Amino acid sequence: MAVSSKSPPAEAEAAPPGAPPPAPATGPGTGRRPGLALLFLLPALAILGALVVYPIIYTVVRSLFDRGGDDFIGLDNYRRMFENDRTFRAIRNNAVWVVTAPTLATGLGLVFAVLAERVRWQTAFKLAVFMPMAISFLAAGVIFRLVYERNPERGLANAVVTSVVDIVRPPGEYPGARPADEDGLEPDGAAYVTTGAVAPGEAVTIGMVAIRPDEVPADAARAREPPTGGDREIEGLVWLDFTRGGGGERGAVDPRELGLPGMKIEVVRDGDVAGSASTADNGRFTISDLEPGDYRVRLASSNFREPSDGVAWLGAALITPAIISSFLWIWVGFAMIVIGAGLAAIPRETLEAARTDGANEWQVFRRVTAPLLAPVLLVVLVTLVINVLKIFDLVFVIAPPSVQDDANVIALEMWRVSFGGGRNQGLGSALSVLLFVLVIPAMAYNIRRLRKEQG
Amino acid sequence: MKRLTRSVAAAAGIVLVAAALTAAAPAAGGGGDDLSGESVEVAAVWTGAEQERFELVLEAFEDETGADVTFTSTGDDISAALEPRISGGDPPDVAMLPQPGLLNDFVERGALQSVEDAAGAAVDENYAPIWRELGSVDGTLYGVWFKAANKSLVWYSTEVFSDAGVRPADDFEGFMENAQTISDFGVAPFSVGGANGWVLTDLFENIYLGQAGPDLYDQLSRHEIPWTDPSVTEALTTMAEVYSDDFLVGGVEGTLETEFPRSVQNVFAGDPEGAMVIEGDFVGGVITGETDAKVGKQAKVAFFPAIEDAEAPVVTGGDVAVMFTNTEGGQALIEFLASPDAAEVWAEEGGYISPNQNVDSDAYPSKAQRRIADALVSAQLIRFDLSDLQPSEFGATDAQGMWKLFQDFLANPSDVNGIAQQLEDAAAQAYGSQ
Repeated sequence: MAVSSKSPPAEAEAAPPGAPPPAPATGPGTGRRPGLALLFLLPALAILGALVVYPIIYTVVRSLFDRGGDDFIGLDNYRRMFENDRTFRAIRNNAVWVVTAPTLATGLGLVFAVLAERVRWQTAFKLAVFMPMAISFLAAGVIFRLVYERNPERGLANAVVTSVVDIVRPPGEYPGARPADEDGLEPDGAAYVTTGAVAPGEAVTIGMVAIRPDEVPADAARAREPPTGGDREIEGLVWLDFTRGGGGERGAVDPRELGLPGMKIEVVRDGDVAGSASTADNGRFTISDLEPGDYRVRLASSNFREPSDGVAWLGAALITPAIISSFLWIWVGFAMIVIGAGLAAIPRETLEAARTDGANEWQVFRRVTAPLLAPVLLVVLVTLVINVLKIFDLVFVIAPPSVQDDANVIALEMWRVSFGGGRNQGLGSALSVLLFVLVIPAMAYNIRRLRKEQG
Repeated sequence: MKRLTRSVAAAAGIVLVAAALTAAAPAAGGGGDDLSGESVEVAAVWTGAEQERFELVLEAFEDETGADVTFTSTGDDISAALEPRISGGDPPDVAMLPQPGLLNDFVERGALQSVEDAAGAAVDENYAPIWRELGSVDGTLYGVWFKAANKSLVWYSTEVFSDAGVRPADDFEGFMENAQTISDFGVAPFSVGGANGWVLTDLFENIYLGQAGPDLYDQLSRHEIPWTDPSVTEALTTMAEVYSDDFLVGGVEGTLETEFPRSVQNVFAGDPEGAMVIEGDFVGGVITGETDAKVGKQAKVAFFPAIEDAEAPVVTGGDVAVMFTNTEGGQALIEFLASPDAAEVWAEEGGYISPNQNVDSDAYPSKAQRRIADALVSAQLIRFDLSDLQPSEFGATDAQGMWKLFQDFLANPSDVNGIAQQLEDAAAQAYGSQ
C-alpha cells in the first residue's frame, strides 16, 4: 500500500526537474502550466486517494475511538493492545515468520534455480516447483490442513511417520488392553504384573478387557479354566473377559469368551525373569522348571505397545513450523523463477573466465554467481518479508481453533478482534496501524532501491 | 408502531389492524393480506439444504400474500455481514439471528423494530413463555423464535451398544456405567469435536443445568454468580469424568483437533471408532449427509440423562426472526413465521425443530425427529444455551473466552479451580467492556 501511496508524490517531485528538457519537443511546456499537469494527474490521485490514502487515515482515526465508534478514547486501544498477551504472541510469531520463512524460501529457491540449470528436464522440474503458485492460499491451506491431520489414515505426514516408526518398532498384539480386575493386576511400566504371589503348582487366570472382537487374532479359541500344574509348573490362562453382546460375569470364564493367543508371559522373582512363555490359541500357558518359591506373573510390555500415532503437527508446539512449511511449498517456486531469471542474466563469459582461471564450481558460485545475484536475492527476500508480515489466510485455514492462539499472527489477531466475534473495530484498527508501521521499513527499503535503480 | 412516521402509519394502519386481528385467530397464517408489489429481504446464516428448505417457507409466504421475498445468505458470520449494512443504513428487512446476544446488541443500538404488534399475539398463542422472554429486551418483544435446537441428545451407534451389551441410560449413573462398559469392550465411548469450543460448552451446560438446577443456571448466564462458584467447579469436575482421556476417540490430543462433522463420522461412518456423540438434533443431518448410516437403524438417539433426582435437562438454541425495518411486508412475514403453518413447511422437509407448540407433530418426517421435537416443547427443565447468552467475545468466539477455556480444561482437567478463575476473569472482562 505504501508503495503506491508514496510513488505518485515521488513522480510528481521528479516531474519538475525532468520536465524542462522534453518541453520544447512536445510544444508548450506543461512544466509552466501546473494546472494542466494536475488535470492529468487527477484521475490517478482520486483513485489513490479513495482507495489508499483515505482508508489509511480513516484507520488511524478509527483506532482512537471505542468499539461503537462514538466515543473518542485517545490511545486507549493501543494501551489495551499492548496489555494483551495475545498481541505479544502474535508479534512473536510474526517475528518467527519474518526470520525463517523468507530466508528459507529464498535459500531453497536459490538451490532449486541452480540445480534446475543442470537437470535435463529443466522445464518439467521448474513447472512442478512453480505449480503451487497457481493455487490460491485458501486451497493450499485446506490441502495442508489435511496433510497434517493427526489420524494417519487421513493425514499424509503422519501416514509416512507412522509407517516408518511401526517398521522400526513394531506394535504389540494387544495395544490398549487392560486388566479386567484392577486389584489382581497392577501396571508395571507398560506391562502388567500380578499383585499377589504365585507358587509353582498353582494356576492363575488373567482377564483382560478393552480389546475389540475384531482385534482378537482369528485363531483365538474358547478360553478354559487352566488345571493346576505340576510341582515345578505355573499354569495359567489369559482371556478376554468380555462377552460380546453383554451378559458375561466379570472375573469368570464365561462360555463364549475367547482366550488371547500370542500373549507374552514372564514369571519374575525378585526382579529377575525366571521363565517365560507365550499363550496358546485358547489363551493357556505353562511355565515349567521353576524352583519352589513365590513368583509374580507378568504380561510383558511388548504385548501392549501402541502403534505409533504420529506427530501432533497441528498441536500447540508444531503449528507455526507446520504452517511455515506450507508457505514454503507455495513460495519457493516464485523464488526459484525470479532467481533463475537472474542467473540467466549472468554473462556466461564471466563464469567461463573464472573456470578457465582454475576456480572450482563452489568457488565460481561463491565468488562470481552469488555476488552478481545479490540484488535479485534481496528483491526476493524483501518481497517475501512484506508478504510474510501480513500473512493471514494460511494461519486462519490451517490452525484448528483450539491452537489459534498459539499460531496467532498480527493480521489474524486484527481480524479476530474486529470481525471474528470481538467486533471491536477500534481495537482492530489499532492492530492494523501496528501492522502498517511494521511493514513501512521493508516498503521504504524497496522504494529507495527502486529509485536508485531508476536514477 | 412508535417508530412509524405519520404518513407511513396512515397508509399502513388499516392493514396493520387487520394483521393484528388475524394474529389473534388460532393458527393464523400471513393473514391473507394482499401484499403484491411489496418486496421483503430476509438474511440468515443458512446455506445449502437449509437455505433451500427455508426458501420453501418463504415461497409459502409469497403464495399466501403475493409479496416478493428475496433471501440473502450471510454465511456463518452474520454479524460481520449485517454490521456494515446497518451502519450504512441499508439493513435487510428481516434477519434470522442465531444468538440472543446479537438481538440484545442490535436492540441497544436502536437497530431493531418491535414485533409486538406484528406477532405478539401469535407468540402468546403458539409458544411457551420462555420463548417470549428470550425474544424480548426490557419487556418489549423484538424477535420470534422460528427454529430451535435440542442440544440435550445422545446419538449412539446401535452396533457398538449391542456388541457391548448396553442400553441407553435414563440416569447419569447408568450413563457413566455404560461408558465404562463400552470402554471395557474396547471402543471409546465418546467422540467429541473438541476443535469446536461450542461442542464442549454444550456438554457443560447440560451438566450444569441438570446438576445445579435452573435458578443457578439463570444466575450464571447473567453473570450474577461468579464462575468460581462451587456449583460451577462441581459441574466441571463431573465434565472431566465424562470427557476423560480414556473415554475419548483419539484421546484428548486427537479430540482437540477433531472438528464436529468428523466427530460424527468417527461413530457412524465405517467401523465405529466411538460409541456416542453428545450434541444437538443437527447431528442427524450430519449422519444423513456424510455417512451411510440411517437414523433409526445404525444410529439412534437418546436424551441426555437426568442427574440425581432432577428432571432430564434440555438445553436449547435457535434462530430468532427480527425486523430491521418497519414495512408491511416485513411485519406480515414475522407474523407468518410465528405461525404453525410456516413451521410445518420446513418440518416436513426434515432437519428442523420448531419451538412452536402448536405444530402438528405428524409434520415431522421421522420418529426420531418427532421425539426430539416433543422433548423440546414438553420439557420441564429447559433453558437456552448459556454460552449464546453471553457477550459474544466471551461465549461465542473461536479461540477465546468460554470456547478456548473449555478446550484448555479438556487438555488439563485436573486444574478445576484454575480454569474456573480464568473463566471468571474472561467473563468479568467481557461484561466490563460491554
